[in-house]
Amino acid sequence: MTIALLLAAALAVACVIVVALPFLSEPDPETDALDELDEDERRRLALLESRDRALSALKELEFDHRTGTITDDDYRGQVGRLRREAAAALQALGPDIRPQRVEAPAEQGRPMGGRT
Amino acid sequence: MPELGRAALVVTLGLAVYALLAGAAAAHLGRRRLAQSAQNALIAAFFTTAIASVVLVAALLRHDFSFTYVARTTSEALPTPYTISAFWGGQEGSLLLWLLVLTGFGAAAVRLNRRWARDLIVWVVPVFAAVATFFSFLVVAVASPFVTQAAPSDGAGMTPSLQNPYMLAHPPLLYLGYVGLTVPFAFALGALLSGRLDERWLIATRRWTLFAWTALGIGQLLGAHWAYVEVGWGGYYAWDPVENAALMPWLVATAFLHSVMIQERRGMLRVWNVLLVILAFSLSLFGTFLTRSGVVNSIHSFTQSSIGPWFLAFIGVTVAVSLGLVFWRLPQLRSPTKLESPISREAAFLYNNLLLLALCLAILWGVVYPMLSEAIRGEAIVLGRSYYDFFLRAFGLPLLLLMGIGPLIAWRRASLRSLATTFRWPTLTALGAGVVLLVLGAGSSVPGLVAYTFAAFVGATIVMEFVRGTRARKALGAASWPGAFSSLMARNRRRYGGYVVHASIVLLAIGVAGSSAFDSVAEAKLSQGQSLAISGYTLVYKSLDERQSANATEIRATLGVSRESDDLGTLEAGKNAYTIEEQVSNEVGIRSDKLTGEDLFVIAEQIYPDGSVIFRVFVKPLVNLIWLAGLVFLLGSLVTLWPDRREQRRLVARAGEVGLPATR
Repeated sequence: MTIALLLAAALAVACVIVVALPFLSEPDPETDALDELDEDERRRLALLESRDRALSALKELEFDHRTGTITDDDYRGQVGRLRREAAAALQALGPDIRPQRVEAPAEQGRPMGGRT
Repeated sequence: MPELGRAALVVTLGLAVYALLAGAAAAHLGRRRLAQSAQNALIAAFFTTAIASVVLVAALLRHDFSFTYVARTTSEALPTPYTISAFWGGQEGSLLLWLLVLTGFGAAAVRLNRRWARDLIVWVVPVFAAVATFFSFLVVAVASPFVTQAAPSDGAGMTPSLQNPYMLAHPPLLYLGYVGLTVPFAFALGALLSGRLDERWLIATRRWTLFAWTALGIGQLLGAHWAYVEVGWGGYYAWDPVENAALMPWLVATAFLHSVMIQERRGMLRVWNVLLVILAFSLSLFGTFLTRSGVVNSIHSFTQSSIGPWFLAFIGVTVAVSLGLVFWRLPQLRSPTKLESPISREAAFLYNNLLLLALCLAILWGVVYPMLSEAIRGEAIVLGRSYYDFFLRAFGLPLLLLMGIGPLIAWRRASLRSLATTFRWPTLTALGAGVVLLVLGAGSSVPGLVAYTFAAFVGATIVMEFVRGTRARKALGAASWPGAFSSLMARNRRRYGGYVVHASIVLLAIGVAGSSAFDSVAEAKLSQGQSLAISGYTLVYKSLDERQSANATEIRATLGVSRESDDLGTLEAGKNAYTIEEQVSNEVGIRSDKLTGEDLFVIAEQIYPDGSVIFRVFVKPLVNLIWLAGLVFLLGSLVTLWPDRREQRRLVARAGEVGLPATR
């Protein structure tokens, strides 16, 4: 029983140290503020998500069109809008943001399977 | 060392309370070191819970009956694997397992997502800690596994039906599933509390939800197989309240895994997705409550206990706080886009969601109705199998069909002409299969025939998608067909892993339809030498033997089996009489046909002193496809779960682009 109680006490002390570690390792930090996103950064995050969403949708649409899952009619109805959405997000983000790689241009091409 | 176990749990409770309070204060005040300290407390709580768990497992293995829990759930004669499984076999141990998995998942989720969602994690920690506080309070103050007593000479032993290899995996998997649903819940509430309702909480929780969903699915299937081979009533799913309790969160999680794609792709259903996550978590708590409170009559209700009111109160608080937060954030949750057409992929996923939720609510009503009727009228009225079967057909069959339609329709809007083109071959395949089955006599069950036809439709769409995708990859430069196939899978694991999971549901539907709509049953009292015939099989009762195992007396009737003129060997069915537990279990005999997937299933219902036996015999066509579906389901889930390094890199890069640099 004594050993068990000693182990329990050691466990409690160890936990207190672990919990206090951020204060022990940085007793006098330059700043203790959390990294928070301001309004501008949040708007930027929303634009980045919008850009990635449009690019990813374009990538899937191209592949689905190529496999024949999406017909020419449905492809034509969507591709323009998705490109405009991606372009709008990129434009709003500014010139220093590079578009993500979608699919190598050589991979684009006519759909397969005679469903045109 | 019960003192060490008790102390470890008290320390866990202290850490959880600290993580809750310090985490909430840090998030509210924006204090970095305090937030880190709260995270450390959550991680330390996992280690202290692990120490308590090791103490309990050691006591079980030592047969230390001075632990009341050990004496109540095991005995000296209990084989070692089942002695270990007693850890989750009783109420106190299973609550400790809940806490262990919860703190482990909490620590892992916080560590894994800290690089790109640190500002969100700060709010997630107190939510995790709140749930951990509840469970650690239960194991400290209400249902401690470390209560001691004067040690009896032997323990009470384990319920015989739990002494089965499936019990080594079925309950822990269900717990992994139940507890795993805490992760999306904690992130959803963290997002609501912080107002950071961007995509990150969804991305952070998608794999966790998938993991929990996979564990719940496999856990249920193992439970079904356990019921099939061990409980000995001739079926695998009885719509038992506790079985339903595991099915409901699985259905809601299935809905979430589909609707999350709509939010990711179109930014829609944001309120709906948060509500699904809250519902899935609440149902996982409800499932634990049903299993452990003894409030319902169930094969799983091993104990009556006092934890029921605590659980109900916690579920009530959880639902109230969560809905309050959703209401508070409603303006930010409004979707920027709307459904453009009822014929589109998002519309198909929405129909799928509505059907899944309707099925879940119908099952929930079936579960709570006996409780409500008992509370109001003083009499528990149980809704029978026909109630559940009706809703399974009404909602399940359209769901099966949608599984084939949804993935092949265009997002936003699809034209009717393109639908006709896309579904020409799957429809022809389904109609052809239906006609062939009708000719073969499957028309005896209309729901069965419809299920087969829809399964053929979905199967055709899946095959078509893999063939087209592989051809496209080959045309894009893959060196070989296997290379094209693996490239297809590797480039979109989520999509093609999802198709593999769909294939498993097709197998499941065929297995369930075959074994329930087209099965045969016969019952007869036989003396030795007499025979019974069913669906082409002839069974001859040959002998009755008695033997002694480590903890039971086993009585087995041997039957010779033949089909037409083929001798198929023998089958044994009987009963085990467990000495210490003073209980008797059915031990069924099963002969599986690997080629057709059919089972011959024999139960020795009653064994008389003169050696005669009442046999109940089933022939269950295609039932083995259900178990095969489990393997395919696991394969598809693993493909989908596999980490995507490109996505991780993109998320970290995106976090960097908005000023959330690498972790400090």
